[in-house]
Amino acid sequence: MRSDAVLNEAVRGPSGPRKHRMLPSWVATTALLLPTYAWLTLAVLLPLLTMFVFSFMSATPMGKAPITFTLKHYRAFIDQPYLLNIGWTSLVIGFWTTLLCAIFGFLAAVALARATVGRMRETLLILILLPFWTNGLVRVFSWTMVLRENGFLDNVLHMVSADTGSISFLYTRYAIVLGLVHGYLPYMILTCYIALVTIDDAIIEAAASLGARWWTILFRILIPMAAPGLISGAVLTFVPVIGSFMEPRILGGKVGVTMGTVIEDQFTQAFNWPLGAALSFTLLAVVLAIFATFSGVLRRGAAA
Amino acid sequence: MTNVKVDTVAKTYGSTKVLTDISTEFVEGSFTSLLGPSGSGKTTLLRIIAGFIKPDEGVVMIGNNDVTNIPVWGRNIGMMFQSYALFPHMTIAQNVAFGLERRGIKGAAARKEVDRALEMVRLPGFADRMPKQLSGGQQQRVALARAMVIKPSVLLLDEPLSALDRRLRQEMQVELLRIQRESGLTTIFVTHDQEEALTLADTVAILDKGRIVQTGKPATVYERPTTRFAAEFLGDSNFLEGKVEGGAVRLASGTVVRTASTLPANGSDVTLAVRPEKMTISSGGSHANRLEARITTVIYAGPVLSYLLETPDGMAVKLFAQNKDGVVLKQGDTISLDWSPEHTIAVAS
Repeated sequence: MRSDAVLNEAVRGPSGPRKHRMLPSWVATTALLLPTYAWLTLAVLLPLLTMFVFSFMSATPMGKAPITFTLKHYRAFIDQPYLLNIGWTSLVIGFWTTLLCAIFGFLAAVALARATVGRMRETLLILILLPFWTNGLVRVFSWTMVLRENGFLDNVLHMVSADTGSISFLYTRYAIVLGLVHGYLPYMILTCYIALVTIDDAIIEAAASLGARWWTILFRILIPMAAPGLISGAVLTFVPVIGSFMEPRILGGKVGVTMGTVIEDQFTQAFNWPLGAALSFTLLAVVLAIFATFSGVLRRGAAA
Repeated sequence: MTNVKVDTVAKTYGSTKVLTDISTEFVEGSFTSLLGPSGSGKTTLLRIIAGFIKPDEGVVMIGNNDVTNIPVWGRNIGMMFQSYALFPHMTIAQNVAFGLERRGIKGAAARKEVDRALEMVRLPGFADRMPKQLSGGQQQRVALARAMVIKPSVLLLDEPLSALDRRLRQEMQVELLRIQRESGLTTIFVTHDQEEALTLADTVAILDKGRIVQTGKPATVYERPTTRFAAEFLGDSNFLEGKVEGGAVRLASGTVVRTASTLPANGSDVTLAVRPEKMTISSGGSHANRLEARITTVIYAGPVLSYLLETPDGMAVKLFAQNKDGVVLKQGDTISLDWSPEHTIAVAS
């Protein structure tokens, strides 16, 4: 036995036994991932699951009413057809906000990534991020000051031509979209900027040397190459926008009834949490369906 | 197949003069290397010809057209970059067809041109692959096909082979030379690799501090450098400083050195350049020029042995010798160096 051990040692060398002290790699992987997943479970999965369970309850589980499980909240869109209109409004607002963010955000990102260097670029990036650091509510309310009748916009107009009437468009859908674009534009600029700065200058120069003018370079080179940035920017904008309630409420007034405000009402005014939860999950399903369709189209477009 | 002419071109960035009064002509069908250290302005000159940079002064002519105010996309140039610069989201065929599309050539006609171009760079059958699936050398060939397919007036190469490894680089040099000869395309090539410049080009232009210091055939520029900078930058040189005295040059040590170059008047200071490989270790015969020196270092580099030497008065001299018998001489040995006046070039310092 003894001589066997010595022989083993001699054959395997001193590195043989050291191997046994190393943990199998899956243990290390699990240990490293555990905190993240534990936190995700606690902070995301559990609340979501609670809401999911709520959405099947007959009443908010805080009153005296006896709780039964029901699917009726998921029939809200059938039972209350006006919700379809509201849902459609939300999607339209989401569509226009995302589209405008994509157009302005991409162009701003191109300017940032291609036309500026060093100090100038840093300063512009900070100016873009600045609205991020201000309170959202303050930002939205300041728009009412600009857009209301005899507000800043009207005053400027009247300085130029005193006789014209008001061009105030506060409490319209345009005002809602304007406020939302203002709020979500930085996401789009940043995601596009990150995608654009990785493009080698020589690629653009090669295109120009082959006879491409700026629009060809934009549509054939920059947009396809920065598509991942545009897509993640669109997701980061569209999802929160169709669930938003602050901008529609403050800038939309009477016309500002969206899925976001309806859901918020269920939680804060009507105290019907199950309906609010069911509407949220319905909205989530619609968003996922839209992205599933959209990503299929995009993938086919990229392959062509 | 066009002449390219640059006339009194100057470019300044802030207070730095990058190019000063550059006038030169790239003859139809020639292959010119712009050679110089970094910061010499060679890339700026290429980019001015391409149209990426507008010169502050001067005129750029392609053929009979003044293109100084024409942007890049209107100049009909073929360009290759160090980073290949293929469009990563397009197939090889789409990459090559990009320039054709800009010229309104589409469909079957374009396909035919693309196939012919890929054939020329020996990559037939690669049309439907993506750039990522190709090796560096293959990508550079596609870049060449893409530049050539539009039948450009001039081919501009910005260190196109610098990113390739040695063997691949040599292979691509041969390929590039073959395609350039076959097409007869005026080609301008920026490189900091002097061996590459000498191998490829039929004309070498040496730039220093924003000026062209010497232009000529590679052999002429190498054998007959006109300035100290050219003699030093292209290859290696020993420099001997002295005063003109009766048709020869007397060095500080008193040694008299003869030269075949034309010398200035008696008494003027002069710098002589001698290539290290033109000097031989004396075997006792009579040579016009001779120096005694002590070996300080022997560098063994396979086929060539380099000797670093020092003359009694402290001047450093370098000598390259063919490795015929291995290392025979060693550090500390004193030897005589012989060389002929033919190989002694008077240069402007």
